[in-house]
Amino acid sequence: MIKVEDLSKSFGKIKAVDHISFQVKERENLILLGTSGCGKTTTLKMLNRLIEPTSGKIFINGENILMQPPEILRRGIGYVLQNNGLFPHYTVAENIAIVPQLLRWDRKRIENRVSELLEKLHLDTTYLNAYPNELSGGQQQRVGLARALVADPPVLLMDEPFGALDNVTRSKIHAEFKALDELKRKTIIMVTHDVQEAFELGDRICLMDKGRIIQNGTPAELLFNPVNSFVKDFLKEQRLQLEFKALHLIDIWDWLPTSKKRETKLNLMSDTGLWESLEGFKFTNSEEISISHQNNEIKTVGFEQLMAAFYQYKKQQTHE
Amino acid sequence: MNEQQQTLWGFMAQQSDKLLTQTLQHIGLTFISLFIAVLIGLPLGIFITRKKQFSGTVLGIAGVLQTIPSIALLGFMIPLLGIGAKPAIVALLLYALLPIIRNTYTGITGVDSAVKEAAVAMGMNKWQVLFKAELPLAMPVILAGIRTATVINVGVATLASYIAAGGLGEFIFGGISLNNTNMILAGAIPAALLAILFDFLLSRLQHLNLKKLKTAVAALPLLLIIMSSFYFIPSAYGGKLTAGFTPEFMGRQDGNLGLQSKYGLKIHTIVISDAVMYKAAYEKQLDVISGYSTDGRLKAYGLIVLQDDKGIFPPYYAAPVVREDALNKFPELEKTLNMLSGKINDSVMTDLNYRTDYLHQSPERVAKDFLLAHTLWQPERNGKVGVVRIGSKIFGEQYILAEMYAMLIKGYTDYDVATKTGLGGTKICFDALTNNQIDFYPEYTGTGLLAILQSSKKTVDSLGGDKNKIYNYVKNVFKAKYNIKWLQPIGFNNAYALMMRQKQAKDLGVKTISNLKQYLESK
Repeated sequence: MIKVEDLSKSFGKIKAVDHISFQVKERENLILLGTSGCGKTTTLKMLNRLIEPTSGKIFINGENILMQPPEILRRGIGYVLQNNGLFPHYTVAENIAIVPQLLRWDRKRIENRVSELLEKLHLDTTYLNAYPNELSGGQQQRVGLARALVADPPVLLMDEPFGALDNVTRSKIHAEFKALDELKRKTIIMVTHDVQEAFELGDRICLMDKGRIIQNGTPAELLFNPVNSFVKDFLKEQRLQLEFKALHLIDIWDWLPTSKKRETKLNLMSDTGLWESLEGFKFTNSEEISISHQNNEIKTVGFEQLMAAFYQYKKQQTHE
Repeated sequence: MNEQQQTLWGFMAQQSDKLLTQTLQHIGLTFISLFIAVLIGLPLGIFITRKKQFSGTVLGIAGVLQTIPSIALLGFMIPLLGIGAKPAIVALLLYALLPIIRNTYTGITGVDSAVKEAAVAMGMNKWQVLFKAELPLAMPVILAGIRTATVINVGVATLASYIAAGGLGEFIFGGISLNNTNMILAGAIPAALLAILFDFLLSRLQHLNLKKLKTAVAALPLLLIIMSSFYFIPSAYGGKLTAGFTPEFMGRQDGNLGLQSKYGLKIHTIVISDAVMYKAAYEKQLDVISGYSTDGRLKAYGLIVLQDDKGIFPPYYAAPVVREDALNKFPELEKTLNMLSGKINDSVMTDLNYRTDYLHQSPERVAKDFLLAHTLWQPERNGKVGVVRIGSKIFGEQYILAEMYAMLIKGYTDYDVATKTGLGGTKICFDALTNNQIDFYPEYTGTGLLAILQSSKKTVDSLGGDKNKIYNYVKNVFKAKYNIKWLQPIGFNNAYALMMRQKQAKDLGVKTISNLKQYLESK
């Protein structure tokens, strides 16, 4: 879907991005992770040509985007900014309608699409005629997301989209983000410096440092097979929580004991994250949960059995 | 004259026609120039946000323009654009440029970079980014700039009357010259009110919320054009000849009023400052001007004086006027000042003026040369027994006289000297004298009679234009009324005179003011 080849960007003598290449599959959620100044935002902004590369090629659906008129390219790519970048002089409705206006949609179509999105993002329609400064930070960020999604672009670029939010609002929006069907259809590239967020939202993570990609892989690969000590050190803090977030039930399926099927309050699919499953015990106040795998194979396990399987998995990884 | 009894309100009611015309001209001048300044300044301001390397140069030039004194700027305009509306509008728009360019630049560069980035990222082209995001968000700052420019323009537009462009300056400067407080206020108060009014209206506009601002800003160009249309160019209609008279001359019995009543002279007249009047006559912008008979520019620009065959211009013999208490304080003063008495006749004064006004020699040098030639010069005695304060009006002849007096006092007495030259007009000079700001200045008998004493027509007629009678009359009345003494006349008579270009006067066969009237009435 997106293919980046040998991409570089220099600002004067400083190499902000230094010969990087990566690919993003359709509907994949790639996170560009790293500290400030590692080149992740520069990389993102080259994808919609807010920054012109010094050298290298970028293909979206096989087309070289550097050959396209930038305005036309950008209208087909959603973009969400950290400080939302809403137009202070436009109402919520007008802000969301900017791209459809540029694409010359008719009025009815715009209205329908805007109200559809507001509903999906849990924004009350009374906000339609409000101005951005009358909204809370979380609401503003939702409007920013709606604005990026309104023309249903196949690709979405997000530059630290939740960076300006407080922790409570952020985890709420994370949950909505994962649940939103519109986003499941999209190829998303998101920049963040927050390791937890990367592990929660990313299918794959590109860990960057000094303009280069240090490791590109699934969260589990980064955790259990770090290519060097930089990756290991980067993920050192709250490692246990990261491990829970990186793994899915399917990863530890083999170590879960087979047992008779019993009635439980919570039934999960095997592609559910381990962190989510552990939280499930707490939220539903259950002793046991049922997990269904493909072919209707079902295991019913308790909290200790789940944790035991997790340690078995880890042990095996370190032996490899 | 009953000027003392007449109230300001009375004056304004009496002159309401003129007041309305001048106010409309003033508004018109302000807004035509403002409109053009916005047309130039706004795109220029936008341009330098795009090409930042030019921002320093553009803002620098606009800043330098702002620092040029307004009178000087108007003066520069004469050779390029002549007199009247054009140079006034250009000068005003140059003043208005800086605040508009600067605020456009500041406003646009101040727009939140996240908003600009969002605009670009959503696929707007550069014009859409400008018109949909940058300009609307910068509008309050840009409006603040326009507001500043408007207030500056209302103020500077008062000076437009110096170059015959009309406006409320006609009353203000006429009033200063004629020692008529009501006339000054009739110009100054409406000008101040206009400034306050426009400032208030624009401040309201600036504080509207962004939504309402859209409509308001759309209406702004229309409003500017309507306001501009108030200005009908004063020289739009014309006769055979055009006369340029100073504001002072316009309002005086021995000026335009006398020309109308005694000669019945009807000529298309515009009001202009004497600083540019001679040049305008030389450059054929004007045909007839009201000059002074000893003016050096008469010689420089090849002008001749029309003979005053009905004797409406009373003699203007120059003599120092001194406060009596200064004469008591400085016993040597009177003797010293009288040393010049009878030394300078008309042609000598014209020549001295020619040297300063046209050859650009310093008044100091001209004064010293003259004193040396007449063996009156003595080296300074560096005395420290008190300081004599000398005043002068704001034209060359007065500067020369002030320099001569300063040299004489320093050479012949033990007093030191402080000169306060360039006091705007008769009123300012005379007020400085009576309020003990200066000790003496050179005054003219005619000015004393008409402008300062505001003598009635009967008195003036009874004196019959006789130079000695007038001198004695003002001497006695000044003594009694102000305790100010007229010393002996210097000798020359700097009377008002009508002047034309030598060649034109010869071609038309005009030698006297009556000839001029006949020519104007002939078909």
